[in-house]
Amino acid sequence: MGIAETYTRGRRFAVTRPGSILLAIVGFILLFDLAGQLTSGQITFSSVGSLIWDGLMRGLVIGLAGIGLSMTYSILNFANFAHGDYITAGAFSGWATTYLIAGLGRADVGALLLVGAGGSVFGGTLGINVTGTPFAIIAGIIVAGIAAVGLTLAVDKIAYKPIRDESGIALLITSVGVAFALRYLMQFVFGPSVRGTTSQPASLSLYFIDGVVRVNTHDAALIIIGGALMLGVHLLLQRTKLGKAMRAMSDNEDLARVTGIPTEQVVQSVWVIGGGLTGIVGYMFILWKGTLGFNDGWLLLLLIFAAVILGGIGSIYGAITGGLVIGLTASVSVIWIPSTFARATAFIMMIVILLVKPSGIFSGRSTA
Amino acid sequence: MSTTTLPDSLTRRVPGGDAGIIIATLAATYLAYVLIGIGLGYSLRGQLNTIAVLTFYIGVFAMLALALNLHWGYTGLFNIGIVGFMAVGIYVMALVSKPVYQAGGASQVGGLGLPVIIGIIAGMIAASLLGLLIALPALRLRADYLAIVTIAMSEIVRFSFLSGQLQQFNLAGRRVGFGGGSGLILDYTDPLESFFSFFGLWDAYLGLIETFGIIIPNNPKPVVDGLVYGVVLLSFVGLYFWLLKRTGESPFGRVLKAIREDEEAASSLGKDTNGFKIKAFMLGCALMGLAGILWFMRSGAVTPNTFRPRITFFVWIALIIGGAGSNTGSVLGGAIFAALLYQGPRYLKNLLDTVLPSASSPSSFGPAIAPLISNLDITPLLFYTIDNIRQLQLVFMGVVLIWLMHNRPEGLLGHRTETASPITLSAPIAQTVASESRSTTADADTDPDPDATEDIAPDGGSNSTTDSNNGGINSNE
Repeated sequence: MGIAETYTRGRRFAVTRPGSILLAIVGFILLFDLAGQLTSGQITFSSVGSLIWDGLMRGLVIGLAGIGLSMTYSILNFANFAHGDYITAGAFSGWATTYLIAGLGRADVGALLLVGAGGSVFGGTLGINVTGTPFAIIAGIIVAGIAAVGLTLAVDKIAYKPIRDESGIALLITSVGVAFALRYLMQFVFGPSVRGTTSQPASLSLYFIDGVVRVNTHDAALIIIGGALMLGVHLLLQRTKLGKAMRAMSDNEDLARVTGIPTEQVVQSVWVIGGGLTGIVGYMFILWKGTLGFNDGWLLLLLIFAAVILGGIGSIYGAITGGLVIGLTASVSVIWIPSTFARATAFIMMIVILLVKPSGIFSGRSTA
Repeated sequence: MSTTTLPDSLTRRVPGGDAGIIIATLAATYLAYVLIGIGLGYSLRGQLNTIAVLTFYIGVFAMLALALNLHWGYTGLFNIGIVGFMAVGIYVMALVSKPVYQAGGASQVGGLGLPVIIGIIAGMIAASLLGLLIALPALRLRADYLAIVTIAMSEIVRFSFLSGQLQQFNLAGRRVGFGGGSGLILDYTDPLESFFSFFGLWDAYLGLIETFGIIIPNNPKPVVDGLVYGVVLLSFVGLYFWLLKRTGESPFGRVLKAIREDEEAASSLGKDTNGFKIKAFMLGCALMGLAGILWFMRSGAVTPNTFRPRITFFVWIALIIGGAGSNTGSVLGGAIFAALLYQGPRYLKNLLDTVLPSASSPSSFGPAIAPLISNLDITPLLFYTIDNIRQLQLVFMGVVLIWLMHNRPEGLLGHRTETASPITLSAPIAQTVASESRSTTADADTDPDPDATEDIAPDGGSNSTTDSNNGGINSNE
């Protein structure tokens, strides 16, 4: 009896969710192949470990950057294509501060404020890293957050607020306009080059079965700051009245308004929190990555969208989980496929998830 | 709904209707360019070159805007992966039409060596198949999800052409490939030459070039080629326009508009909305592929990084300027975008470069702004601005897009009433508009109401005849 029941249930599952079955099969094949590669010595355990570590860090950045996007997506109901450029803007403002503090007296102030535009000054020669110039980094983080908040509020006032009642698509198209204006304005000011921003950080070699996995101080800084931000957002949304108001608004804005929630103020707070978070993440992304260019945020944006959709729009934990999945996919996929397709794999992953479970992993558990 | 918007009254006043508006706009644009050129003392060669380049961009943007209009204006499909379909079009065309690989040639990889026309058809089929691949799963999704999927697809296409794995491979025993990051040389016979040779007119064409030699003594061929190719592109625009007008006015097109306005209503009337959407999407993708081919096929070489999402963004601006849902608007939007926003700033830069004394501009923003702060000298910043006009142009486009969405989301011609009925239904004033659509297939179940001021679609349900409601900016959720 029990066997028959299990069988019927299994068959129903196979009929209703063929996509999930297919995914599981693909997953098993990949794992089997990995095991084969590991045993035959084509790939070492430590290099897999390094890839996983890299993927986790990348995923953390994507996930943290996704929180802000996810919040605005669920409350204002539009996909903000300018989010990637908020990241870049936060990074540039923060790094200008870091350069200024770290290099004051050693280089021209203008060159420092333009983050070494045109190769006038280099982060490596200023010796910027978390242990060498901690105050410059901390000041940079703070300025990045504040500047991004200012920028998001200004953009909201100029571009989004006048058409807040329009459809999500009208806002989306507007946000594309904002994105282009911001990105190329930054290119105009800071130049088109990609510059190195940090000197080599101190690193620790962890022994892992047959080799080492390197973990450096910037990874650690990313984990600490990222963890603190996540905890802060969690407490904010779960323990404060603002969090409750935000959840009410993402559920039903009209209902929230008639119950006396000042919706416009909540929207402003969402921009403040989301913007601040985005700016800080942008700064940490550059610290971790070590290079800065005007396209960085935009290139990250599609991966962030993938993470947010994967996790379920509106869910903070979903964004983090989605980010980790996307980051791991992009990094670890090079075991099976050529590295030029790594980013494409992350996008394909997103498309597959959209097909199998369009509402995302954490659907219906909206926390913001 | 406002029935007498500015564009409507304008259409009636301009002789020739839609075609009249387009021709008048084009004439005004060319006149402005020529006048500025004369003022600058451009040579005849320079003038003709400017016109050829302008025509080229008007042509490609008008074509792309028309194709996008089929997706967004008619069907409400939010496609922001246009550039991906263009890339697939030109790359597949190159793969098919490039000559067979020969050791020691300039090109690292060869092609199948088939005629250009077969390559074009193959490119269009490939683009539409990619559209099918995306449409099958993605059309069930919300409009914003479709947007993200399509833009992700266009990036996947770019990464794929960039990758070393597709750089070179064997197909049917021939060494072919996409060239990877270093690009692909398009070393087939000039399509213009094949085109004229096909009709046996190549010698006549060379004769025409010699005649041009009278007014342009030095090497007239590139100039004449450019002008003739511009004319070819404009005739393609005409073809697109005709095709999409026929499509839009056919029963098929009416269902598309019904889907845009209310998909559930259309579905409840027994229309297979998914099937219609897939067909419309594939048709639009094929047209985008063709536009990509026509854009790049004479450029000598293509690299994957040309196909960045910004081209998609250009096409969207062109469509929004013109007005989603209107074919005339799409052409007009393409022309205005190409003349003012795309070529305009570059032309302006050339103009300023000739007028201003040739001083070296600062290499970066720092040296440009420093004199302004220290002793209020704005000249370096001005030079820097002129030098970087290509970046500022994109900033300006972004601002224009925001402004349009705030102030005129329906575009120039988006608010027009497009009559779907095959016969005249209302007062004489609307007759001119209605008569244009008389050629469409009549639907048997049409029930004309002589008193109706607005025409009711026979099989579209709700108000599928109109392009009101923000000119199709409403999503079909």
